[in-house]
Amino acid sequence: MSDSLSATTVHIAGAGGDQIEAYVARPDDDGPRGGVVVIHHMPGYDRATKEIVRRFAELGYDAICPNLYYREAPGAAPADAAATARAQGGVPDDRLVGDVGGAAAYLRALPSSNGKVGVIGYCSGGRQSVLAACNLDLDAAVDCYGAFVTGTPPEGMPMRNNIVDQLPNLRAPLLGLFGDEDQYPSPEQVAELTQILTDHGKPHEFHSYPDTGHAFFAVDRPAYRVAAANDGWERIEEFYGTHLKG
Amino acid sequence: MCTYATMHCDVDGSGKGPNGAWLHVTHATVYFDHPVHAMADHTLNIDLTDPSKGPAARVALELTAESARRLVAAIEEAMASVPAALTV
Repeated sequence: MSDSLSATTVHIAGAGGDQIEAYVARPDDDGPRGGVVVIHHMPGYDRATKEIVRRFAELGYDAICPNLYYREAPGAAPADAAATARAQGGVPDDRLVGDVGGAAAYLRALPSSNGKVGVIGYCSGGRQSVLAACNLDLDAAVDCYGAFVTGTPPEGMPMRNNIVDQLPNLRAPLLGLFGDEDQYPSPEQVAELTQILTDHGKPHEFHSYPDTGHAFFAVDRPAYRVAAANDGWERIEEFYGTHLKG
Repeated sequence: MCTYATMHCDVDGSGKGPNGAWLHVTHATVYFDHPVHAMADHTLNIDLTDPSKGPAARVALELTAESARRLVAAIEEAMASVPAALTV
């Protein structure tokens, strides 16, 4: 396998058939191969997220990241788009599911596709990754420190509700990557998620890293933890290698 | 974590925005969440905007919690330091 790849911006049909922007990276080799939908974090469809998309292409997957803020801020700089979307209330859960579904359909329609698509999300995207896998036909899901999959948001804060009621509908094996020092999700909330998935017979694999908090994959932030991020990437490679091959 | 909580208020004034150009700001959003640029896990973020001019019409601040509290105190102090008639 070569590490040559191509990356570009496309437009895809998202929730409700809306045309939204997406960043796509693909290996130059012929397929067949799996695909990965990358859900960007709340700060947006930014350079760091696009680097992750290209890394998945380097790993041998067709990868795509839909711009979840395109409707509110087409063509805007990522930080400005994130601020605008936030000021307008953020991304509704049903719209997120539709956008990820559109991105997965785009990947499956590629001539190189083997029909299998995974999803991964970071921070708020971690919760959205699980949400997508509860509502869409996906083949593998990765939750990187998503808060409020389980647990109760602090009183008075208008956070997204947890998605405990949707977990029985999880349709894909779930890889969870967490930090022991994180408060949201806390080790207790991760344990609650483990218990719920076990009770429902949902395949899952969780890793939690010592001396590590939230957002440890973020190479451009002080939360970056190189040991956890390096091991996390290995866990992701192995997990997708198992569930997206063919 | 992403906090999702966002406070809004109308404002009336000016800010120095993109490319060093001044813009009339009409709206403020205030939230405590991950910053884009500041070297902190979470910051108090303020966006002063003119929504009618698009997403780029924005003056953004990302302040550590401690410095945000100092700023609030300094604003209150500055407002209290002048005759009340000036601030009506």
